[in-house]
Amino acid sequence: MFARLVYESFRRQKRRKLLAGAAITLGVTVATAMIAVATDIGDKINRELRTIGANLLVTPQEDTLDVEIGGINLKPPTDGAFLNEADLPKIEGTFWHNNITGFAPMLPVNVSVQREGKTENLTLLGTYFAKQLSYGKKDFTTGVRSTHPWWKVSGAWPDDNSRDVLVGERLAQKVSTKPGDEITLSGRQLRVAGVLSTGGAEDDQIVAPIALAQEILGRPGAVRRVYVSALTKPEDALARRDPKSMSGPVYDRWYCSPYPQSIAYQLQEAIPHSHAEQIRQVAQSEGAVLTRIKGLIFLITLAALIASALAVSAAMATTIFERRGEVGLMKALGAGRLAVASIFFAEATLLALLGGLIGFATGSLLAHQIGRSIFNADISIPPVLFPVILAIAVIVTFAGSAAAIRKAVGLDPVYALRGEL
Amino acid sequence: MSVRSNSAQEVAASRAHSPHTSMFIRMLLRAAVLRRGRAVSALLAMVVAAAVGTATLNLYVDVQAKLRREFRNYGANIIVVGKDGASLPADALSHAESVLAGRGIVAPFALIVARSSDAQPIVVVGTDFERVKRLDRWWSVSSWPSGPQQALIGVRAVSLISPKSHAFDLSFQGHTNHLTPAGTVQTGAAEDSRVYLSLPDFVAWTGVQPSTVEVAASGSPEDVTAIMHQLQNAIPAADVRPVRQIMEGEARVLGKTHSTLMAATTLIILTAALCVLSTLMGWVFDRRRDFAIMKALGASDWLLNGFFAAEALAMGAVGAIIGFTVGIGIAAWIGRVNFHAPVVPRFGVLPIILAGSMVVTLLSAILPIALLRGVQPAVILRGE
Repeated sequence: MFARLVYESFRRQKRRKLLAGAAITLGVTVATAMIAVATDIGDKINRELRTIGANLLVTPQEDTLDVEIGGINLKPPTDGAFLNEADLPKIEGTFWHNNITGFAPMLPVNVSVQREGKTENLTLLGTYFAKQLSYGKKDFTTGVRSTHPWWKVSGAWPDDNSRDVLVGERLAQKVSTKPGDEITLSGRQLRVAGVLSTGGAEDDQIVAPIALAQEILGRPGAVRRVYVSALTKPEDALARRDPKSMSGPVYDRWYCSPYPQSIAYQLQEAIPHSHAEQIRQVAQSEGAVLTRIKGLIFLITLAALIASALAVSAAMATTIFERRGEVGLMKALGAGRLAVASIFFAEATLLALLGGLIGFATGSLLAHQIGRSIFNADISIPPVLFPVILAIAVIVTFAGSAAAIRKAVGLDPVYALRGEL
Repeated sequence: MSVRSNSAQEVAASRAHSPHTSMFIRMLLRAAVLRRGRAVSALLAMVVAAAVGTATLNLYVDVQAKLRREFRNYGANIIVVGKDGASLPADALSHAESVLAGRGIVAPFALIVARSSDAQPIVVVGTDFERVKRLDRWWSVSSWPSGPQQALIGVRAVSLISPKSHAFDLSFQGHTNHLTPAGTVQTGAAEDSRVYLSLPDFVAWTGVQPSTVEVAASGSPEDVTAIMHQLQNAIPAADVRPVRQIMEGEARVLGKTHSTLMAATTLIILTAALCVLSTLMGWVFDRRRDFAIMKALGASDWLLNGFFAAEALAMGAVGAIIGFTVGIGIAAWIGRVNFHAPVVPRFGVLPIILAGSMVVTLLSAILPIALLRGVQPAVILRGE
């Protein structure tokens, strides 16, 4: 009888059930999309923040001090220690390699250029542009094009295996060079592939594939420093602790969290004789920005959840209110409060599950669409979200119906049947 | 009994004298009072929807400015340098200050290469510590210099010049300067291998004036570009350059956040509007008996439409105003919790919310009325 009542109610009141179901579907759609966006926004914004530049710097452990003013190195270039280029692919073998979006080695060397009969000293910076590397079985591409996305080239980017160079914007103006020209540096004839604009010290320098810089320096495989771009977690009290002072489980937790400090520590382990440190300007500030944006989206998601809960409960209250006559009839025929309430709750559960199912599907689609159009990347929806969303849908539907159901079961059948309410 | 008939007579007398319009108003008010439950629940839906709408719209407008402030943690976005490495004119800093007029922070830097006592080269920088403290907030400093002839030493330079925090000598072009270390600075960048002095000490020792002024200008990209132009005009001897990586990164992140927020705001407002629509439509539809009675008593279509429309508009306006107040409160709370700064109430949002609410309520009144118009009052009154 109970099942038949519920079944008939759905069969005969198609329009009304459809309306309530639509409200639940809409509410769940919005909730799913917003929760999916909110859980993934940290990762997405973190990737956008990488456009500001690398947040970790690897230098030789026994390095001498940098003596550099305005991008001009005043130290003899052979001075100090170097890292070994052959060790760099090991970065891809660290625990957090999936969080490392790219790295670029740098080797500044001094070169001379002939201009108007005079010899001028310049800095030539050797680096990777988009270098093909492999670690184990994995092939990957890395270089300044991913770590320094604000570098703009008019002309073409040189190939990493070529002997072509980029000339900084201001330098190109001084020596009146344009892409395709030849330039003589320390007695070597080189082709200018493009003109580089960075807004920084590189505008006065020459940027070349690292092999060329190593050849000029006469030290094959030498690297002065490596910029590493990594997705990190804003630092907290645990992050700031010294790993040497930690006990086993705390150390494991520290090591397995993507803090700037722990990734730096792992880079140090991977590259022999190296010292890795966070670039505080980038690493510290992005923590603040990330925390704010995540907090904001979280609070907005809360608002979305309130709005969708409201929509669901409003729809449920209306459908129940419209069925006062039915309640009166049931009560007049001897139905108890429990029987009436359980029928309504069973209907609400059915509606919530159905609406939750469709809402989850459309909400996932919507989140996908938002991710595609705003971030050009998929928003991943954790599978655990599905039961959570269904549970929320049922709870909200119940909560929304509760007040109306309480009123309905308390109804005096006489008034209800005479329509005097 | 006499009291009752008296009051009934008074009521009849007062009704006879009152003009036709007061009936209209009375029906409006009495409808709300007599059907309190439904009216209150409809109004509640309206208030919550308007509040959530106000809060998100308010944040949407204000959040750009708030996040821009966070981005100033990245430090300077404009750099003013002397042309071809020359020093800046002595009044460059005060010019920059007056151009900014409180819209940012400026800090001067003067650089030289000095020699330590064992003839190692080291970069020494003269600056204004009070300004640097505010401009470069990521500097991790053990203790800022407070007196004259105190130096801040980069963590990598410490072992070279003052391993045991002893006083040390630096020489530049034959002039030797005796300094005491105040603390260390760690940034993970070039600062780690430098020594920082206060600008007066630096100038007295070397005679070198600042060659760089770093500017952290706040405001939109247009504001920053305008400030750059003004700086170039105020200090013609200097090269004014944007720090591209900071400006581009900021623009990208803010753009994406804004788009996400816009998508969220649209979804929320849509949901809230549909919720109000369904509640109010149910409410109006429920009152088809009132409608039928009024029609049976000879009310014209115009009067009926006017009555329900006026009711809907009143509901929309009251709900919007209460909701606006609540929403401003929510936005301010979010500002305090998330940004540690109040979100300024945007009264420009009020007309939008007001108009939006009234459109939604009007729509939810007109739709059921349009449905009912063709129906004979007798059919409704018989409950069919």
